[in-house]
Amino acid sequence: MTTARSLLLAALLAGCAVPALAETVYVSNEKDNTLSIIDGATLTVTETVKVGRRPRGITLSADGKHLYICASDDDTVQVMDLATKKILHNLPSGEDPELFALHPDGKHLFIANEESNVVTIVDVPSRKVAYQVDVGVEPEGMAVSPDGKWAVNTSETTNMVHWIDTEKRAVVDNTLVDARPRYAQFSKDGGRLWVSAEIGGTLSVIDTASRKVAQTIRFKIKGVPQDRIQPVGIKLTDDGRYAFVALGPANHVAVVDAQTFAVKDYLLVGRRVWQLDLSPDQKRLYATNGVSGDVSVIDVDSLKVVKSIKVGRYPWGVAVKG
Amino acid sequence: MRFSLWLPSLMQIALLAGGLCASPAAFSQEAAPTDLSTVRIAYLTQEVEHPPALSNLDEPPADEGLAGARLAVADNNSTGRFLKQRFDLEAVTVPIDGDPAQALRDLVAAGHRIVVLDLPGETPGALARLPEAANLLLFNAGSTDDSLRNALCAPNLLHTAPDRAMLADALAQYLAVKRWTKWLLIVGTRPEDRLYAAAVKRAAKRFGAEVVEEKTWSEDHDARRTAQAEMPVFTQGKRHDVVIVADEIGDFGDYVLYRTWEPRPVAGTQGLVPTNWHRAHEAWGAAQLQSRFKAAAQRTMLPRDHAVWAAIRAVGEAATRTRSTDPAALAAYIRGPDFTLAAFKGVPLSFRSWDGQLRQPVLLAADRSLVSVSPQDGFLHPRTELDTLGHDQPETGCRR
Repeated sequence: MTTARSLLLAALLAGCAVPALAETVYVSNEKDNTLSIIDGATLTVTETVKVGRRPRGITLSADGKHLYICASDDDTVQVMDLATKKILHNLPSGEDPELFALHPDGKHLFIANEESNVVTIVDVPSRKVAYQVDVGVEPEGMAVSPDGKWAVNTSETTNMVHWIDTEKRAVVDNTLVDARPRYAQFSKDGGRLWVSAEIGGTLSVIDTASRKVAQTIRFKIKGVPQDRIQPVGIKLTDDGRYAFVALGPANHVAVVDAQTFAVKDYLLVGRRVWQLDLSPDQKRLYATNGVSGDVSVIDVDSLKVVKSIKVGRYPWGVAVKG
Repeated sequence: MRFSLWLPSLMQIALLAGGLCASPAAFSQEAAPTDLSTVRIAYLTQEVEHPPALSNLDEPPADEGLAGARLAVADNNSTGRFLKQRFDLEAVTVPIDGDPAQALRDLVAAGHRIVVLDLPGETPGALARLPEAANLLLFNAGSTDDSLRNALCAPNLLHTAPDRAMLADALAQYLAVKRWTKWLLIVGTRPEDRLYAAAVKRAAKRFGAEVVEEKTWSEDHDARRTAQAEMPVFTQGKRHDVVIVADEIGDFGDYVLYRTWEPRPVAGTQGLVPTNWHRAHEAWGAAQLQSRFKAAAQRTMLPRDHAVWAAIRAVGEAATRTRSTDPAALAAYIRGPDFTLAAFKGVPLSFRSWDGQLRQPVLLAADRSLVSVSPQDGFLHPRTELDTLGHDQPETGCRR
């Protein structure tokens, strides 16, 4: 009996070409005011849930039970209970929240307020504003270093990375990058900060210790005009192997060798690819395509686009839960 | 009328604490506070008499252009505070009977080296030729005259306003995509209407359209009273797909819509309008610029506001990238190959080396909606698709 069962299990496992992953993918649809929920096993949309107006950045709580949603036109961050898919409450986000990042302690949420040139730091448990920090014009990208010491914000018109010391609660340094910086992500060890510049068309790799640009990465795709190459979302694999970069209206995701900084490949995805997220096992990359209204699924081992999934209008943010 | 603008409150406090007086002339004498270096930008415009127009629904705002200057200086200063750079604006409005040339000489005498000209017609070309202007960096943000990019071009003059050729080409590309290639052209009697019509005819040739008939709407009709009677008969003629109107001051053009003999769309200066900026434009972060402008100026951003804003942001961008506030260094960088400007139009903008024109996408807008953005897909160019609009290098008449 036991043998039979394990045999059956082995047969089942062997029969699966694509392992059935338990992950769930959440996608915010900016123009539909909804959240699409994709089952990672079947790669189909299982549910579409109504949320606040103009949902953009989304991120998971530290325990994975809640999803934080920037409802930009409602000037709030909504907290959704992923078990019931109900909005539990709102957080006081400041005006027009676009993107945010959660401190490793899970308590402080750093929110970029695009229209008021500040970063609002919300204490999640008490649902109160802890403090605000003045930054440049049109703050957008947010990232917190793995050790929690730094929170960085990119300002799109000032073209800078503002370094917020989370102990001093103030901007202590600024790094100039190329035009219209959109997104920032720290490497897993925190030693480097990767920043995309949409209009500059480049990726800056900044040394965290010196806060100076160490590398500038440029892109070139055959048959795509140079001014259409507009890097936005970035995701780094935990093993330090790859950096994936969404190139906006160039309709490609660039694969960068995170050690040599050489561009290894360009993967064709949907139209105007915006944001990216990796599955917890790092085997899949999900990319939102704003104009074509779908999500591209990329297999990280083979670097192939394996599927595109239709979601709502103007999918913006993506978050994957294990 | 002269006044100086005091922008960031921090700087203002620092200045006042430093005992500087508020007279604009004081700037040239006094050094900036020790840890700040200053870029001085002048904005020069002239009051104009608005000719009586039949369509007089919207009053043009008195601060069109100037409000763009104020916002750009504020934007520059918000970046500048991180780099210890300060941007000052001195705005000069010459009265109707005043002399812009003298106003420019006064600015030069006061030590100004960077001047944004928000002046119509060929005036920017004439000012750029003054002996006193030889070492200036001048921006034309107010004139769409093609002559300024050709015979009247000047090495010290850059253009952030699009020229009529760019506007007409942008419209022509869209009409070509729609296959509306037979045009009835209606032209007003003012000289600028004829210049607009000339650009339309040039664009038709470039993009395979045909002006099947050209008619002049003379000023002896009162369209508001008689448009219903006049316009249907007036638009009768050879078979056409679209009516193109050349009426820059908005005298009669709005009365063409819905009154044509055949059911035809209207484009040009009214109807579907090619423009460098429009309130319906919200993509590529433009929504943020629109709301920032609205909060500051209490009205929507107009094309001249954006052209002035782009000129002053170009100076700010150069100061950021070069970490310099020296006007000569800024001018060299702005004209150089590395300069690009993010101006909420989806692609990086830069200045054409052959005539100083800012290459930029052109919006095609109806009153309440953005219809399209040119260059259209499929109009290719070896350098950048933006150079399919306006005067390209091989055809330039600029010999500077």
